[in-house]
Amino acid sequence: MRHYESVIIGGGSAGLAAAVALKKQGIGDIVILEKDGEPGGILEQCIHNGFGLQTFKEQLSGPAYAERFIRMAEELGVEIKLNTMAVGLTRGREVEYVNPEEGDVTVSADTVILAVGCYERPRGAIGIHGPRCAGVYTAGQAQKYLNIDGYMVGKRVFILGSGDIGLIMARRMTLEGAKVLGVAELMPYSSGLPRNMKQCLEDFGIPLYLSHTVTKTFGKSRLEKIELMEVDDNRQPVPGSEMYFDCDTLLLSVGLIPENHLADDAGIEMDPSTKGPVVDDSYMTSAEGIFACGNGLHVHDLVDFVSLQAERAGEGAARYIRAKREGTEAGERRVSVRPGENVSYTVPALVHPDSAWGNVEFFFRVKAPLDTVSVVIRGGGRVIRTIKKRKMIPSEMERVVLTKDVIAGLSGDVVISVEPQA
Amino acid sequence: MTEKELICVNCPIGCTVTVKMEGDEIISVTGNTCPKGEAYARKECIRPERILTSTVKIEGGTHRVLPVITSEEIPLDVMFEAMEEVRKVSVKAPVSEGDVIISNLLGTGADVVASRSMAAAD
Ligand SMILES: Cc1cc2nc3c(=O)[nH]c(=O)nc-3n(C[C@H](O)[C@H](O)[C@H](O)COP(=O)(O)OP(=O)(O)OC[C@H]3O[C@@H](n4cnc5c(N)ncnc54)[C@H](O)[C@@H]3O)c2cc1C
Repeated sequence: MRHYESVIIGGGSAGLAAAVALKKQGIGDIVILEKDGEPGGILEQCIHNGFGLQTFKEQLSGPAYAERFIRMAEELGVEIKLNTMAVGLTRGREVEYVNPEEGDVTVSADTVILAVGCYERPRGAIGIHGPRCAGVYTAGQAQKYLNIDGYMVGKRVFILGSGDIGLIMARRMTLEGAKVLGVAELMPYSSGLPRNMKQCLEDFGIPLYLSHTVTKTFGKSRLEKIELMEVDDNRQPVPGSEMYFDCDTLLLSVGLIPENHLADDAGIEMDPSTKGPVVDDSYMTSAEGIFACGNGLHVHDLVDFVSLQAERAGEGAARYIRAKREGTEAGERRVSVRPGENVSYTVPALVHPDSAWGNVEFFFRVKAPLDTVSVVIRGGGRVIRTIKKRKMIPSEMERVVLTKDVIAGLSGDVVISVEPQA
Repeated sequence: MTEKELICVNCPIGCTVTVKMEGDEIISVTGNTCPKGEAYARKECIRPERILTSTVKIEGGTHRVLPVITSEEIPLDVMFEAMEEVRKVSVKAPVSEGDVIISNLLGTGADVVASRSMAAAD
């Protein structure tokens, strides 16, 4: 069986950044498995600008951002197997993949990095009444048809869900000549970034219906009409609030979920709030030597953070490989990092104080929009850091850094909470 | 004096920028975290500008369309006219990222450039 130092599953921005980091750490015998015909991942269809402001201090389109990492990987001689799908993973780090040249192959590795991205919640997951006629797509699917394959999916469009992909598609389809009738959001606030509310909806006068949802679809072979209803505080439709829109297309932008089939195969412990694996400060999962990063770990809105985390995962894998070789195992003492008041999750969820290496960034989201609050980080019940914030919203991932010294000195669990300012 | 709250669209941080105006004159810009935010707010109060991204047809490439981007912002009020121009264009593979596809789009001074490289299909 062919053995690698590292097998990276997924060649999107996370997989590419992890591979680049491994090479830079001197770990040379690595391979990326990518099921698509080219590397780059979801970025290839995100042709809008707004990528890389933090990493490259420039406003790049998705494909241009991806191209920089593809070039770095090429220059460092990273092997990428395209049209190659990983179909199995064991706790012992055996990876089974299939591709047209080699067929069905199993390889083993010192480390495996899961960089598999996420998938969109489909129609079936939200239960809208109506016939299964053509014209209902997830927003990302429509984005791929338009931006990669060059096909418009419809002319009169309604969008359910105010996630960023839906907002971006509202603008894109408007510019391509479609009429976008409106965007409905179940919650009383948007789940997209403020900038997208502004430049995708407001700029083009597209109405946003907050606390509304699509309750029915009508049509025979193709969608003809949708029913929109207001919802109450319990998110139940309010009788009598029905509105109807004639449209041939309904786009769903109702959430992204980490892809976790392979992690499940390997029996990796999952976090019910992120729906991705639980990881420590080097992005190692509960299965030794298996790491996770990118949208397959938790859903990101900024690719810069994906690259940052993936780099850390790559470095973590390199350290793990070296420690194994030298027989110096990672510190045993583990401290868990938990979400407190108003926080829905934290990544990473574990740190190793005795083998702290460098500062650790913690990523988290708030549960609901909040004004004039403090992010309070407690370790072993004691306040370690307080950061004042004017405004926090669930659609923006937050980041706090704890220094290496603070991590090394931790005596008990870390809790990150968001509280009213004292 | 009037006060306007704007959301900066330069990057995904999306700062809330406050502009104080006296008639048509801008008195102060606050709330931005970088100089781009101030420049954005000033323009936004006079003639809003945006980056345009789209696709053009490509012959002989690995895909049917090539993503493109304007080299700088263009006025928001010419977006639909700009799209007409973009629709007329067809290019041939191979293309490199940054190749100029349309120069000086509608006299705005901005070029439309390829936002990725695309090899010829084999
Ligand atoms: C529509 C959309 C708009 C966005 N807009 C912005 C923005 O404006 N600015 C910004 O900074 N960020 C934005 N983001 C966020 C950011 O771009 C993404 O979070 C990031 O690119 C995700 O990278 P990834 O590598 O984790 O996932 P992906 O790019 O999805 O990569 C995963 C890769 O793994 C491959 N794969 C999956 N399973 C397997 C398998 N079993 N075997 C082999 N290969 C496999 C897939 O084919 C894919 O190539 C956006 C995201 C989306 C979805």
